[in-house]
Amino acid sequence: MKALTFAGVGLAALLATAGALSAKTLVYCSEGSPENFTPAINTTGTSFDAARPVYNRLTEFKRGTTEVVPGLAESWEVTDGGKTITFHLRKGVKFHSMKDFKPTRDFNADDVLFSFNRQWKPDNPFYKVSGGKYDYFNDMDMPTLLDSVEKKDDYTVVTKLKTPNVAILANLAMDFMAIGSAEYADFLLKKGTPEQFDQAPVGTGPFSFVAYQKDSVIRFKANKDYYGEQALVDDLVFAITPDATARYAKLKAGECHVNAYPRPADLEEMERDATLKVINAPGLNVAYLAFNNMKQPFDKKEVRQALSMAIDRDAIIKDVYLGAGAKATTLIPPTMWSYDDKIADTPYDPEKAKAMLAAAGVKTPLDIDLWYQPVQRPYNPNGKRIGEMMQADLAKVGVNAKLVTYEWGEYRKRLQAAEDMTGQMGWTGDNGDPDNFFFLLGCPEGKPAQNNIPKWCNAEFNDLLEKARVVSDQAERAKLYQRMQEIEHDEAPSLLVAHSIVFEAMRSNVTGYKQSPLGTHAFEGVDLQ
Amino acid sequence: MLIYFLRRVAFTIPTFLALMFLTFAAIRLVPGDPVEVRVGEHGMSPERLAYFRHELGLDRPVWKQFLDYVWRLAHGDFGVSLSTQQKVLTEFLTLFPATLELAFFAMLFAVSIGVPAGAIAAVKRGSFYDQALMTVSLFGYSMPIFWWGLLLIMFVSVWLGLLPVSGRINPINYDIEGPTGFMIVDALLSGQQGAFLDALRHLILPAIVLGTVPLGIIARMTRSSMLEVLSEDYVRTARAKGLSPSRVIGVHALRNALLPVVTVIGLSVSGLMAGAVLTETIFSWPGVGKWLIESIGRRDYPALQGGVMLISAVVVCVNLIVDLVYGVIDPRIRHGR
Repeated sequence: MKALTFAGVGLAALLATAGALSAKTLVYCSEGSPENFTPAINTTGTSFDAARPVYNRLTEFKRGTTEVVPGLAESWEVTDGGKTITFHLRKGVKFHSMKDFKPTRDFNADDVLFSFNRQWKPDNPFYKVSGGKYDYFNDMDMPTLLDSVEKKDDYTVVTKLKTPNVAILANLAMDFMAIGSAEYADFLLKKGTPEQFDQAPVGTGPFSFVAYQKDSVIRFKANKDYYGEQALVDDLVFAITPDATARYAKLKAGECHVNAYPRPADLEEMERDATLKVINAPGLNVAYLAFNNMKQPFDKKEVRQALSMAIDRDAIIKDVYLGAGAKATTLIPPTMWSYDDKIADTPYDPEKAKAMLAAAGVKTPLDIDLWYQPVQRPYNPNGKRIGEMMQADLAKVGVNAKLVTYEWGEYRKRLQAAEDMTGQMGWTGDNGDPDNFFFLLGCPEGKPAQNNIPKWCNAEFNDLLEKARVVSDQAERAKLYQRMQEIEHDEAPSLLVAHSIVFEAMRSNVTGYKQSPLGTHAFEGVDLQ
Repeated sequence: MLIYFLRRVAFTIPTFLALMFLTFAAIRLVPGDPVEVRVGEHGMSPERLAYFRHELGLDRPVWKQFLDYVWRLAHGDFGVSLSTQQKVLTEFLTLFPATLELAFFAMLFAVSIGVPAGAIAAVKRGSFYDQALMTVSLFGYSMPIFWWGLLLIMFVSVWLGLLPVSGRINPINYDIEGPTGFMIVDALLSGQQGAFLDALRHLILPAIVLGTVPLGIIARMTRSSMLEVLSEDYVRTARAKGLSPSRVIGVHALRNALLPVVTVIGLSVSGLMAGAVLTETIFSWPGVGKWLIESIGRRDYPALQGGVMLISAVVVCVNLIVDLVYGVIDPRIRHGR
């Protein structure tokens, strides 16, 4: 009996909530482990999120928007017809201190040069460290764009471009252009552990890195010397929780305050729960069905328009996106500046589609192939199901679509080589600049670029695209992009299907959190009530 | 005994060779190589693709890649993870204590409940208790781990709020790292008030989930083994000598009945490692199982190959130890052919 009582007391103690109160700690249940803490060598949002609290960039996205605002560069001037950008750096910015590294100087131009050169110059001692794959630097065409980056003085950096492109200011606000400490890099090089640069990051951001317990937690603490929007909590913890159901359970149980990527199936229940709140915004992405303009009959505008009318996108959004999608009317989502809300939606009208096909001289039944995406993407939850629904809709207007797919790498390669007749594809924006979407329909030197999946070229559209890269005034640029949206809508090179809707869930006592249209997570200015 | 030991060790060599080949081949059969999975909608120029494939040695004939892999493994070099650029062995050793801790407690749960439950069922053969236990153990044995884990989280953690949902310790209240990697031990050593109890609370659900399948097996095995032993002459003799029933069962019957149970425990280790992959994912347990799952997604060949080999080494070693222990406790095995 005694033993039983003892066991009972022990069990009660175990089940009792343990622990004393600590400083204000915000726990973010993240979806995975970062590869490391240097965004330049990463490609995943998970890794970018994990490094973002630590770093700043020359330019920044204003929290919760895609607007480019000053970061470590206090101001800049664009001269030489858009080919030279002179950055004036912020003074008195402190780098974080670590156990074994105490910075002896403030942030200056050397740190900017180091951060560019590590990704750009093979003779930089850090170029090969940690594998040296700078995917984003290359994907964003930085080596093609940049001519030189030079230090004029400690607080002035002059960037010369090979061709004018104001969208580079948005590139510089992206994670891969995080500015690291050149002094820390030198220190580690002398110590013989350069890879520590990517494991224990030193930056200037709102939080400093404390520790990473692999696959378990990442700890940050508020940087009291931060020049920008202050952290309102003392500590920030990323609790790595890969399973979405477990993340929801943790949120419900109060073990985390903000939950990454809730499952669409849980949203309804989350919204009913008074202790939680759910916010949403269209994702910076688009899913589309490209009509291969190099193959008949898709070279005819009327055929493309007719097929666009033949497909019921509302049904697709309801059944496949389960509400987590918004019908796309233009290539860019409504959260992006220059979005033209006057563009009319293409209606679902199979009868009119049939008539238009007949008027265009298309004999039915018409046999085509319809390629569907073999993998789930942020903008496309189920390529096969969408393909089947499209196939059924097309059959109603006399078009027999044969469903085709390949392994993802092969699929992309063949689609880029225009082997398809019609094919699903999509895009996730990188930097919030409209150029980062409209370049998808670009035709440099009159030929469709690799990512121009419908292989559609339009002289006016292309001229506007190139002009918008030179104009530095945003309102002026917006007008050009709006005209491009009109052309694109009229020409229908692809059927624009949907933008995903991104949901975020948090405890109702979380205040100040702003959802980013870029899909990133940031915690400065976030508080717990 | 030495010859027996050497013979058992020699038997593991072909096992390792086969494993090397299988892990090497299996990951390459999955579509998409480590370079390909990095490429999103942007695409990558053929030159950059070729450059990275060359850097990783993926442009060499597969048989050369395999020989190189075997050669490096023979020298104890498990390679470097493609995604984190850390040594695979270092990553494994960082994460393995978490898996070991979980597996140990899962086994402790399975044995401490399975053996007595099985023994009682055998003694009360045919009773309601026996039938109920066998039904429950069948459930345990056939329970899908993922479902069972989520069910317990929902019921015990979310509805009743009795235990934490996941993780190894509450990160708001405690910051514990090292020195051993076993959270229970580190929490105790840290001296932080309440840390040990908190770590223990975090262990309960994952240990129950991982231990459920072995519990079913051990309970059934103990029962059938006990039934066999209880009908042996020496048990009848012990009873005839007038020994108390508890002494007959506890000393004479159970000790002999445990021989096959020891084997089952050894064999369960491989099951525990497989179960750990799922359990660790559900409970955000930072062990090698969760690490391997992420390595598959990233097509991290070295991490996956090295990780599987190291886990296999552990399983093979445990089986070897069980064989040896078995040989010690049952001389018939040692001398048999």
